[in-house]
Amino acid sequence: MQASHIVRSYDDDLKFLANRIAAMGGHAERMVDDSIRALVNMDQVLARKVIADDAVLDEGQREIDERAILIIARRQPLAGDLRAIIGAIRIAADIERIGDLGKNIAKRVVAVSETRQPLRLFRGIEALAELTLTQLKDVLDSFATQSVDRLGLVRDRDARIDAMFTSLFRELLTYMMEDPRNITACTHLLFCAKNIERIGDHATNIAETVFYAVTGTLMPAERPKHDKSPDVVAAPKGS
Amino acid sequence: MRAEGAAGLSEEAAGKETLVARARSRLWRGRWILGAASLALLATSAMTGGPVFAALAGMLFVTAVTVFLPAGGESGRTAEGPALRTAGFSTADLIGAVRDPVIVVDQQTSVVETNAAARSAFLLLEPGTLLSLRFRSPEMQRLLQHLSEAGFEGGEAEYLERVPIERLYRVFASPAGSSGLRVLVFRDRSETRRIERMRADFVANASHEMRTPLASIAGFIETLRGSARNDPAARDSFLQIMQNQTDRMARLIDDLLSLSRLEMKPLIDPDSRVDLVAVVNDVIGALAPLALDCEVAVTREFALDQAPVAGSRDELFQVFENLLQNACKYGRSGASAVVSIAEAGSAPSREFQVTVTDFGPGIAEEHIPRLTERFYRVDTNGSQKGTGLGLSIVKHILTRHNGYLSIVSELGKGSAFTVHLPAA
Ligand SMILES: Nc1ncnc2c1ncn2[C@@H]1O[C@H](COP(=O)(O)OP(=O)(O)OP(=O)(O)O)[C@@H](O)[C@H]1O
Ligand SMILES: [Mg+2]
Repeated sequence: MQASHIVRSYDDDLKFLANRIAAMGGHAERMVDDSIRALVNMDQVLARKVIADDAVLDEGQREIDERAILIIARRQPLAGDLRAIIGAIRIAADIERIGDLGKNIAKRVVAVSETRQPLRLFRGIEALAELTLTQLKDVLDSFATQSVDRLGLVRDRDARIDAMFTSLFRELLTYMMEDPRNITACTHLLFCAKNIERIGDHATNIAETVFYAVTGTLMPAERPKHDKSPDVVAAPKGS
Repeated sequence: MRAEGAAGLSEEAAGKETLVARARSRLWRGRWILGAASLALLATSAMTGGPVFAALAGMLFVTAVTVFLPAGGESGRTAEGPALRTAGFSTADLIGAVRDPVIVVDQQTSVVETNAAARSAFLLLEPGTLLSLRFRSPEMQRLLQHLSEAGFEGGEAEYLERVPIERLYRVFASPAGSSGLRVLVFRDRSETRRIERMRADFVANASHEMRTPLASIAGFIETLRGSARNDPAARDSFLQIMQNQTDRMARLIDDLLSLSRLEMKPLIDPDSRVDLVAVVNDVIGALAPLALDCEVAVTREFALDQAPVAGSRDELFQVFENLLQNACKYGRSGASAVVSIAEAGSAPSREFQVTVTDFGPGIAEEHIPRLTERFYRVDTNGSQKGTGLGLSIVKHILTRHNGYLSIVSELGKGSAFTVHLPAA
């Protein structure tokens, strides 16, 4: 009787952590998406909403940290559960950073809106954000199902995010050199692109944490030979 | 949808009727009440008929079937005990009969049962999965939070998914009797949303992309009426440029239209079949005049006689058409193009690969990751050959088909575009 009671509420503890992480993740996904839309549409109202939304993630992270520490102290979990609990702390930290980066993009909306920039640059940023959001969604879905099958794509997609960022970076630089009046706005866009690229890095961190929590081993560093990804791949030369 | 639900309801009433007649004749009159009830339902659903009501009708259908079947399910075939009458029926069959995605969860939002529509719309829904972890948008989180409370009486929310394909659902949640389980029905509202967004997008993109060619045409007209009025050589070359610009504008409109049509269509039917070998052959045939024009010799290297995949023939035709067109237009200098079909991988992840290779100028590395962006062209000022929409259409279609595009290119040597599609 007593034993089953303890088991159930221990289970509840772990479920609580997972649920809070998912809610934080969903919130961060929305923030990033909103921040990009605010940037592309020069929507300052939406930008302000994103900035205000960030507080939810700070609170969420604090809550997860506290609960996780309590669980460890009270239940003295064994290896598998301990990995999951420590994993929750790390994932919450990554999500909180993703929120900060989204908020940072939102803060730049005003400055970028001051001068008119070519649509082409925004399309580049949108495409980069789309790839990054797909990465984040896939990783959080893997957390939801505790399955590592689809994590094989993560490394490859991360490489593509980097390649896209590099190309965008170059384009922005060229544009700044062409006309010094573009420098201020383009610098902000450059930071926005960099922020998106870093959101991708945090998504990769989460993937590594999920992989470790589920399997107890580290996620392989190279991408597998037979990778599959629902998008464009610049395959390495000579392959 | 509405018609089906209605048919289901009246059949149900009919089944109930026979059982009632056989078992207890004093309830004989009850059939009128039942009949009237289902008629009322029918009438209301026919009258209101909005999408929301159709969803509600779907839910009513499920509830009705669940309530009535244990008693009257197979009464027409057997008069044995009640246990036998329900034999062969399960909740899975029942929700399987509904076209909209249906998910049954327990109070902790852990998946108990899903129908095929739900599984094909949302991957990763094995029983036991916590729905609150899968549907993370703030609105769904609120609904699921509400749903896990003891006195939950029903609610609804919007579910928006942006990537990889934008989708919007209206989600209706209700408790399943006193079982403690909850039923979620998802009504697809993506189309309305896409139409809205498409309108805005179309206006923004079309106006922006049209401005450049229009400005250049206007400039040439001005020159033709002024300084070049009496210069036949200049006039000819200006008219040629103007024609190129109008061609490009016409193409732009075609591309934008086909992109927006694509964005409006729902997902691919997983049971449809298309043979890639046939599609590719058709494309090569259709583009023979262009290839001749560009002086590009197209050769086939097919490792298979047949390559069946799930998908839409017209859309896949567009994919290979775009790729082969590009190979002819941009790879002209190589004078040849190779189209190959092969297979790779085994059982669950077996795929077909269709590669279009040209031996033209190739594409610089920094452009490759961005080719599928809308309007992205490598050489913006020089050639006015294209609109930059072709590859973004290709990417869009392949995403809908659970496939992807990979690009290998080397400057001075040529490019290879490979389409990867899961084998059916
Ligand atoms: N085989 C190729 N070789 C070299 N460059 C290519 C090749 N295919 C595409 N490109 C480059 O990629 C750009 C984008 O191609 P895409 O098919 O998306 O648009 P487009 O051909 O310009 O327009 P459309 O297909 O609508 O006519 C092209 O403008 C071209 O610069
Ligand atoms: Mg093209």
